[in-house]
Amino acid sequence: MWHGDYLYLIQNLVMKDFRIRYRNMSLGVLWSLLNPLVMMGVLTFVFTRIFPNPNIKNFPVFVLCGMVPYSFFTVACISGTTSIVENAGLIKRVPVPREVVPITTVLSCCIHLVVQIGLLLFIVLVSGKGINLQWFWLPLVWVFEIVFVCGLALLSASLNVFVRDTRYIVESSTTVLFWLVPVFYDFSSIPLRFKGIYELNPVAALVLSLRRILLNAEPPVGTTLWKLAAVSVTVFLAGLVVFRRLKAGFYERI
Amino acid sequence: MNGSDGRPAIVFHDVWKSFSKHAGQILIRDRVLQWVHARRPEKFHALREVSFSVQHGEGLAVIGHNGAGKSTLLNLATGLCEPDRGRLEVNGRVAALLDLGAGFHPDLTGAENVHINASLMGLSRREAHARYDDMVAFAEIGDFINEPLRTYSSGMIMRLAFSVAVNVDPDILIVDEVLGVGDLAFQAKCREKILGFRRSGKTILCVSHSNDTLKDVCQRALWLDHGRVMDDGPLARVVQGYKEAMNAHSGAALK
Repeated sequence: MWHGDYLYLIQNLVMKDFRIRYRNMSLGVLWSLLNPLVMMGVLTFVFTRIFPNPNIKNFPVFVLCGMVPYSFFTVACISGTTSIVENAGLIKRVPVPREVVPITTVLSCCIHLVVQIGLLLFIVLVSGKGINLQWFWLPLVWVFEIVFVCGLALLSASLNVFVRDTRYIVESSTTVLFWLVPVFYDFSSIPLRFKGIYELNPVAALVLSLRRILLNAEPPVGTTLWKLAAVSVTVFLAGLVVFRRLKAGFYERI
Repeated sequence: MNGSDGRPAIVFHDVWKSFSKHAGQILIRDRVLQWVHARRPEKFHALREVSFSVQHGEGLAVIGHNGAGKSTLLNLATGLCEPDRGRLEVNGRVAALLDLGAGFHPDLTGAENVHINASLMGLSRREAHARYDDMVAFAEIGDFINEPLRTYSSGMIMRLAFSVAVNVDPDILIVDEVLGVGDLAFQAKCREKILGFRRSGKTILCVSHSNDTLKDVCQRALWLDHGRVMDDGPLARVVQGYKEAMNAHSGAALK
């Protein structure tokens, strides 16, 4: 029915989110920097002064490699989950393809993400690590992460229309995830038998890859990368299938 | 796309649409209770076996009492929801004015909202930029275009929304009760624009309670009563029948 310009529409909607969010803040984009910096400070203090781990060098960079993917995941997942319900005005009044709504919500979170990745790279350079050729892997691993989150958002946004508790389930899950992703501990401290499963979590896979690239100047491990790609694409397709099946019911339920 | 392929602009063939009465029960608790009691949600039929077609260049008014299914019919034609049964065909670009300012955001400027709305209605970047000046000029809101929408009067917001919709240059314009936009001068301008639309062979599907607007814009009317088509034909005849039925009804209620 709708034969519009997807690219132009998505760009407009992302800019809309961005403008609404930042127009009324005097510090604007700086807010995106504050949260990771504070978390980096607190976690660095706790894990270098209170529970020091001699195996981890350069703790600020180490922990930021975990915080940036984790906080992007949390924010994008939660706002993606509520996107359909919160855009009821659009869904009930404008015949745009419904898939556009959760996807643009996730993409608007990418604006913070770009700022935070900038911060991460800045801290890497300040800490004395230089730019290396492996940085070329960065766009690829991040794109897989975004694809993964778009898939989850499609899934949870459509479920949230039918069962509004979905939102709280997603919120609790992201809290649990903080401990299941190696944000402040090292992959080497995970028992061997859990390692394979661990890598299946795209957020963990991304964190591990980031640390290899930025701290060790090594390319991501082949199996990690492979699992990251497979899980991300599968989740995206699954999200799309579920969303397409459920979207006919949105009109009546929001 | 303007009827050259011989297909009508809009076709409804035996369309049914119902809504579930318990659609509001959306917590896990409600789902579990529904399942335990094996309760099937009750259905409310908004449209029953509705069939009609609108040719390109025709103007069709949908009339009926409140809750007769008029808005459901427009929403189906716009593509916001799908029928339970039956076939529905819409051929051509649609612009719908269901709520004025759907998709507008109060914190964004008029200009930003115009671009967002144009892309929501399906314009490409090039088309949106080409028509932007016409959209703003038609709305007559002057320098306010660069102010946030929350500083606008409700009349200004309606004028801007109407202006975007008509300048999208749709093949089919779907309008719900909103032709009384703005002051008298702007209303006259809107009517002129819509008549121009009709003359250039565009299709209009509208709901209105104002006979004056209907008379100008539509020659044909469809009368709905509790989701069923009561009559479909020349505007004067159908409106007459509807009025008589309403009078008989209110007369009976008074006795």
